[in-house]
Amino acid sequence: MVKSFFQNKVAVISVAVIVIIGLMAVFAPFLTPYDAQRQDLVARLKAPGAEHLLGTDELGRDVFARMLYGARVSLLIAVIPTALAVFLGTILGIASAYYGKVADLIIMWFADVTLAFPGMLLAMAIMYSFGGSFLSVIISIIIMEWGSIARIVRSVTMSITENEYIQAARTMGVRKIVIVIKHILPNLVPTLIVLFTLNIPSSILSESALSFLGIGIQPPEVSLGLMINQSKALIFQKPWLALAPSLMIMILVLAFNYLGDALRDILDPKTKY
Amino acid sequence: MSGFVRRCIGVILVLLGVMVLIFVILRIIPGNPAAVLLNDHVNKETIERLTASMNLDKPLPEQFFLYLAGVLKGDFGQSYYMKRPVLDLVLEAFPYTVKLTVFSALFAWIFGIGIGVISAVHHDRLPDYLFRGVSLLGVSVPVFMVALVLQYLFYFKFSLLPLVYDGSAVSMILPAIALGWNSAGSVARLTRSGLMEQFNEAYLDTARAKGLTARQAILTHGLKNAMVPVITMLALQLSGMLSGAVITESVFGIAGIGKLALSAVETRDMPLLQGTVLFSALIISVGNIISDLINRCLDPRLRV
Repeated sequence: MVKSFFQNKVAVISVAVIVIIGLMAVFAPFLTPYDAQRQDLVARLKAPGAEHLLGTDELGRDVFARMLYGARVSLLIAVIPTALAVFLGTILGIASAYYGKVADLIIMWFADVTLAFPGMLLAMAIMYSFGGSFLSVIISIIIMEWGSIARIVRSVTMSITENEYIQAARTMGVRKIVIVIKHILPNLVPTLIVLFTLNIPSSILSESALSFLGIGIQPPEVSLGLMINQSKALIFQKPWLALAPSLMIMILVLAFNYLGDALRDILDPKTKY
Repeated sequence: MSGFVRRCIGVILVLLGVMVLIFVILRIIPGNPAAVLLNDHVNKETIERLTASMNLDKPLPEQFFLYLAGVLKGDFGQSYYMKRPVLDLVLEAFPYTVKLTVFSALFAWIFGIGIGVISAVHHDRLPDYLFRGVSLLGVSVPVFMVALVLQYLFYFKFSLLPLVYDGSAVSMILPAIALGWNSAGSVARLTRSGLMEQFNEAYLDTARAKGLTARQAILTHGLKNAMVPVITMLALQLSGMLSGAVITESVFGIAGIGKLALSAVETRDMPLLQGTVLFSALIISVGNIISDLINRCLDPRLRV
């Protein structure tokens, strides 16, 4: 499996891109002498050049530095809520498939309810109640994503439980929870890895859209979507202000999309979702 | 047909859940919206009077049933900020959103299916690689980036099209492309894989034996079968499109549902936000039922 990963050029390149951006985000303080917040009103709206790699914004803040710190937020949003949504979706998906008809009906009903909303509008309701912040963005992404994950985990779990060794284990009197941990979960791992990778792009896009609308992450925090929002008024005169963070979002999303597709080919060639 | 009836009952149960969830989310933080609305200068009696008129003094379950009863009668409440019935505001905004989604869906279908078919017919050759790259790029670009790039190119650089929506058909072109871009990418990907699955099916040989050319057989019989998952996905994409409409409408200044919801968040207008979110969930549920019906017509196997 590891070998087929390294033979897959797309997978290797996309991991390389993600790792490079990740390292740049982590070591941002060493890559740029500028602070993402510090304003320099003398050096406002400088075009990209030697001193400021990607220029400065309307408050004289260095765009390159802000982009690196914004990428931190995007990567955190990529990992934290997606992982939590996969965790929640896995538990509820297995419970739905394996713990009786009533549990199944209730859990799938709840999944259908959260999936009946357009994600952005549900997120807006959450922003209304909790205010725009990192935490409320995380909560809304989990609520948007857990339902479809639970559905897929449910159907994969159902096909796993049809295997004879699981029926054998049940006849021998092995407890359900033991069967879940020892037999079902290991078989779910490939699906979960693919689901995790393929949900990351939508997490990143949701955060950037909410911040772009001005109701997600709030200043003085930095976020790629927020940077584009703040440069909206100058979009035609100083396009680089919006272009740099947009390209960063696009590259991240593209890399995770390619990686997810490649991982699905490697780990799980039969299933399509 | 009983399967269809069961599905409709399921949709009604889901919509009930939708109402409960949105009701709870918007009221989870304690605080009296009436007090927020009137700000601190007003005396206590006025706040109490407004609180009572909005039913905010009753316990939450009772408030919910009053709201439910209202919705069933077509009363979504009164907007705090605009001081008009929520339903009127939503119904005024709705045609704009419908226009936007219809045009962008048209764009997504024409380009997505076209690119998907070309990709499948030329699979693993240059046009396929080219179009697969383009369609993955299509699903990876944020909606607002497409919108801003289109505005930059077609308004600022070449001054071909208007910057914002002004009611004319021409000014709908950019918003429709911006919103349809993502869907076009996924339609292309699904059309390609769906069509390629049909290549080895026996009915294509039958069609060939009847005298159709390979191309005719694929485009008439193969494409029809490949469209079943695409139509299912289009219904699912309705949800994504309504999400994207919030962004597109705000960038292009279209007075649709998304813009209404956004202004409701900004002015802290709870009944209006509740109404718009509920209404959009209703649209999605209806869309799912319609796509179910279309699929039953296209694929007789589903009618059992």
